[in-house]
Amino acid sequence: MASEAHDLQELRRSASLATKVFVQRDYSDGTLCQFQTKFPLELDSRLERQLFEETVKTLNGFYAEAEKIGGSSYLEGCLACATAYFIFLCMETHYEKVLKKIAKYIQEQNEQVYAPRGLLLTDPVERGMRVIEISIYEDRCSSRSTSSRSSSSGGGGGR
Amino acid sequence: MTPGGGSGPMKDCEYSQISTHSSSSPMESPHKKKKAAPKRKWEVFPGRNKFFCNGRIMMARQTGVFYLTLVLILVTSGLFFAFDCPYLSEKITPAIPAIGGILFFFVMGTLLRTSFSDPGVLPRATPDEAADLERQIGNTEDIANGSSSGGYRPPPRTKEVIINGQTVKLKYCFTCKIFRPPRASHCSLCDNCVERFDHHCPWVGNCVGKRNYRFFYMFILSLSFLTVFIFAFVITHIILRSQQTGFLNALKDSPARYPFIK
Repeated sequence: MASEAHDLQELRRSASLATKVFVQRDYSDGTLCQFQTKFPLELDSRLERQLFEETVKTLNGFYAEAEKIGGSSYLEGCLACATAYFIFLCMETHYEKVLKKIAKYIQEQNEQVYAPRGLLLTDPVERGMRVIEISIYEDRCSSRSTSSRSSSSGGGGGR
Repeated sequence: MTPGGGSGPMKDCEYSQISTHSSSSPMESPHKKKKAAPKRKWEVFPGRNKFFCNGRIMMARQTGVFYLTLVLILVTSGLFFAFDCPYLSEKITPAIPAIGGILFFFVMGTLLRTSFSDPGVLPRATPDEAADLERQIGNTEDIANGSSSGGYRPPPRTKEVIINGQTVKLKYCFTCKIFRPPRASHCSLCDNCVERFDHHCPWVGNCVGKRNYRFFYMFILSLSFLTVFIFAFVITHIILRSQQTGFLNALKDSPARYPFIK
């Protein structure tokens, strides 16, 4: 919504970056890209555990889907090999398509869940798929946006 | 649900918010930074890489040997197509230049793809992340040693993670300020950490890592086939000619005769 976009701009102007939390990779099931679902303690007062877990689990699902080796990815690989990879000048790889989906999902999550609570998710692709960076903003003017006040009073009121 | 119109300004907002610490955005007017044009990532890239075509092409700093590779392949293939193919296509079959052409196309395509693409460089840690890491390590060391945190203490060099039940040590990179993922390594020539680092290939003018390994492998494979192909048909050419006119005359006829025809 336009008002939410306006709120995020307002938040950025009125808020200052307090700290950043880094969600590390979870290597327990191998080297595939998965992130830890352990809830960071710094977010305790800002965000509900299940919202965070849901975000990370969805992201993990996306990454698993991106790296999945199935019939279509096999055909894509064979076609690419046969054309000396020139085919990638015309079409996107399956992985790139899923990365776009992930970017959209993160943007959506930021708009709906994180920005109203004064948080911001950074797409892991910007950090080399090593961490999910969550920026925590402190709201300087508490009288400005009502959304941030509701977030400080325990969040999730409107949800 | 967010309509498409709302996500436009949101996207700009979000992007500039993330990149606020590295570059200034046109929206931050009241701040002390001047209204500078936002810089592209390749313009502020900290590693030792060269970029061309507005960031589409990424190569290592030393590219001399790459040009040598190009020259060798082009000259050899050019001579083959100019001098051997006309004779062979008449005598044996026109499929020979056709297949040679396909192989040549494969070799050049994969070579250029390998040389120009990103091998899988890991972006360096942002100052916030580096500070957070040092703080964490400092805390764990204090707990372990039981001493109060005094001056600067360099972070430990390894971190252990359990991958599929096996303990693996992740090394810390002092240049990039990250714990390298498994199979990542730091290339001293390009000054970057590269994922699944194979080697830095001077012939190709780039590192070979996760993202360009497939191109490199195809290049090596197709180049081997091309070399064997050219060699076999050059030998065939000489043999066929020397059956007609004798070995020494064959060597005189081709390619020595051609420059003197015109």
